[in-house]
Amino acid sequence: MNNRLVTTLSGFISGLFLCLSAIPAAYAMPDIQHWVTANGVRVYFVPAPELPMVDINVTFAAGSVRDDGQPGLARMTNTLLDMGAAGLSADEIATRIESLGAELSTSSVREMAVVSLRSLSDKAHLEPALGILADVIARPNFDKKDFERERERKLVGIRRSEQSPSTVADYTFFQSVFGGHPYAHRVSGTEASVKALKLDAVKAFYKRYYVARNAVVSIVGDLDRKAATTLVEQIIGALPAGKRAAALPPVPALTQAFEERIVHPSTQTHVRMGAPGMHRGDPDYFPLYIGNHILGGGGLVSRLHEEVREQRGLSYSVNSYFSPMEQDGPYLLSLQTRNDQVDEALAVMRKTLQDFVDKGPTDAELIAAKKNITGGFPLRIASNSGIISHLNMIGFYDLPLDYLDTFNGKVTAVTQQQINAAFQRRVSPETMVTIIVGGEN
Amino acid sequence: MRSMLSIFLLLGSQMTLAAGAVSEYQLENGLKLVVKEDHRAPVVISQVWYKVGASYENDGITGVSHVLEHMMFKGTDAHPPGEFSRIIAENGGRENAFTSKDYTAYFQRLEKSRLAVSFELEADRMRNLHLQDKEFQKEINVVMEERRLRTEDKPTALTYEQFMASAFVSSSVRIPTIGWMNDLENMELADLQAWYRRWYAPNNAIVVVVGDVEPEAVLALAKKYFGPLKPEEIIPPKPRLEPRQQGKRYVNVRVPAEVPYTIMGYKAPVLGTAEEDWEPYALEVLANILDGGDSARLTRELVRGSQIATSAGAGYDLYDRQAGLFLLDGTPAGAHTIAEVQQALFEQILRLQEALVAADELARVKSQVVASSVYEQDSSFYQAMKVGQLEAVGLDWKLADAYVDRINAVTAEQVRAVAKKYLVEAQLTIAELDPLPMDTGSTPRADSNGGGHEQ
Repeated sequence: MNNRLVTTLSGFISGLFLCLSAIPAAYAMPDIQHWVTANGVRVYFVPAPELPMVDINVTFAAGSVRDDGQPGLARMTNTLLDMGAAGLSADEIATRIESLGAELSTSSVREMAVVSLRSLSDKAHLEPALGILADVIARPNFDKKDFERERERKLVGIRRSEQSPSTVADYTFFQSVFGGHPYAHRVSGTEASVKALKLDAVKAFYKRYYVARNAVVSIVGDLDRKAATTLVEQIIGALPAGKRAAALPPVPALTQAFEERIVHPSTQTHVRMGAPGMHRGDPDYFPLYIGNHILGGGGLVSRLHEEVREQRGLSYSVNSYFSPMEQDGPYLLSLQTRNDQVDEALAVMRKTLQDFVDKGPTDAELIAAKKNITGGFPLRIASNSGIISHLNMIGFYDLPLDYLDTFNGKVTAVTQQQINAAFQRRVSPETMVTIIVGGEN
Repeated sequence: MRSMLSIFLLLGSQMTLAAGAVSEYQLENGLKLVVKEDHRAPVVISQVWYKVGASYENDGITGVSHVLEHMMFKGTDAHPPGEFSRIIAENGGRENAFTSKDYTAYFQRLEKSRLAVSFELEADRMRNLHLQDKEFQKEINVVMEERRLRTEDKPTALTYEQFMASAFVSSSVRIPTIGWMNDLENMELADLQAWYRRWYAPNNAIVVVVGDVEPEAVLALAKKYFGPLKPEEIIPPKPRLEPRQQGKRYVNVRVPAEVPYTIMGYKAPVLGTAEEDWEPYALEVLANILDGGDSARLTRELVRGSQIATSAGAGYDLYDRQAGLFLLDGTPAGAHTIAEVQQALFEQILRLQEALVAADELARVKSQVVASSVYEQDSSFYQAMKVGQLEAVGLDWKLADAYVDRINAVTAEQVRAVAKKYLVEAQLTIAELDPLPMDTGSTPRADSNGGGHEQ
């Protein structure tokens, strides 16, 4: 029986290779429609009539990179949007939204500040939900007592994050890799910086950055272009045009290795190693992305996973990834292991990285990675939520509208030489930051 | 509000059409197959569920279901260790597995033409796993690292684990899915071999497929790959019913941490054990009245109103295999104490026992449930999860479709009735995380139940 299985399987796999080349034509790409409103909002829309629902993301270039010496300011501003608007209280906003079965949320990271709405698409549900979304974006109350309360909640959140060796390692890593660059500081701010925040600064931040020319709206759902156009005007037509946020300064490359060990009362030690990596639209994007997929990005199949976990049982999760941003975002390798094994695990990680930079991938690895990435492409755009996250990225970083259509072709075209060259030019193990947080042994 | 409700009900009937047809089959060897069509995109999700998890385990081998889940990637006679994942990856697949109290499940997401790849490999490892000591010795260390990551170094997770182990004295609900550290340290290959033989068989498995597929074609594939597998004699786990709790229990957890935390639980039935079948749905509504969003009572009154807590929540799961808990938790704000948070939570319960919930609160919960049932269809993974979860605990997957109607039928009187019947002090366990200073940690915290790691 086992023999039979082997035979069948290899027969099947060779069949699949044929199938693979046929894939790009076999399914429909999302029909991305793009326009700019009169006040300057960039809009990206994909109709999805299959389910009676709509997803809307309104994204501003108003993340923590705009904190300007007041860490935590961008996130506080974003949090307060739905804590009262157009004279409605936080209670009233939440009650109205949730009585419609809609979901309204705010979130912010280093570059983006987002307000999202998910709603049923019939008029009786969607219209009132849009009204509230418009209020939250254009008419926040910024009430003093909401500000004080949310500040207290954030302080508790910051204290709790100090309990986690993994979070402490992340904070320290960004600080060390990005130094004086706006990517360096914590999105949440620190206890001291959040205590020092002033409501007037929040209002000024809002006025500067929550403007039409600084916004991207992504919509996926059960509506047509005409309805989408009306919808956008309704939620964001009242925003002043304003100015787009200034371009961020380039990230300086690291010039020498840096290592820091932080004692934490934990049974495991968390390791973060890396450097500035690449940016959105980077000419080396595809070689670096595929190369890293082979080294540490490919889920249960990667060199780091094989060396650290499968061969040696040293870590539950071990991976590496590039986070491309407007400027070079981090290239980050991480693992966690029992305190007394950290030196061994770190040595294996370093050697695996160095080998890859020196010699690059094998033929077989490159073929397997391309098959995984291109063959898995339909999964990325199989749901409304998958599509909207791509729209948001394309819009925010001004990527070409055919980004999704050309993706597989660009992956397929990458050569081993391009990967070797890109890694040797862009990844320098000898000048990386290494952060080690855990218990002493 | 009444007019809004009628809109929801109308939508409800349309949804059934949009949700896609479900086909159900049973192979001669006992394997159950459920296929749900979702033709929105050319992808398929394939999940194999086994009716085994931590609640099937006994003392001394806790965590064995989860360790076996890890070992399922370690090769069969036909495929050496790691090949399973390599083949899935080459086919553009994403895969993983998960273990809970009541089930162990394996899944792949693939472009639709690759379903046979999943079936072939899953059928192979269902009966032909080759458990090797060399692989086990490495993987058990990985699992211990996972335990350190998820539990040992997370003060709230450690508190939850101690809380569950104290709330139940006999029911296997008390067993942590990851296993106690000392049991992991003493686990042997033979434990895994016995566990695999006992539970991994077609008549203890459910295959769930959701995606752009033709049900009869999926059945044919299932027959081809899973059909030849031999069934096993499956002896169901003993009931291990929890003896009645005779008074409030209190658990104190002292570990280095920055922020205190409390969690409380009242013994509560699940769908399979409730005296009245509406009760679990009333408890669901009750959980949503307290914690069904930012307008629900806990956030509105404890976080934004009195500002005693920076977060507070309620939780209940009607689909578990054994009776469990109705949970409440909270984190005190600034100058407030755990005792104040607990008091505020008790006052909320008292109010639910004394006064009927308002019509608009009930309507809010119901609209959220109706809308969620639409949103859920955007995730084929979630749709497959629901079918598998229900079938794995011995419930009919059709109960998931009935959920919206059952919630809509719950009355304010029923919510009050379950609050009075189940949220009573004699059935309560309270745990609190009582932080020790973080800087005592110049020496690492020991693993929670002993066991040094000198090797």
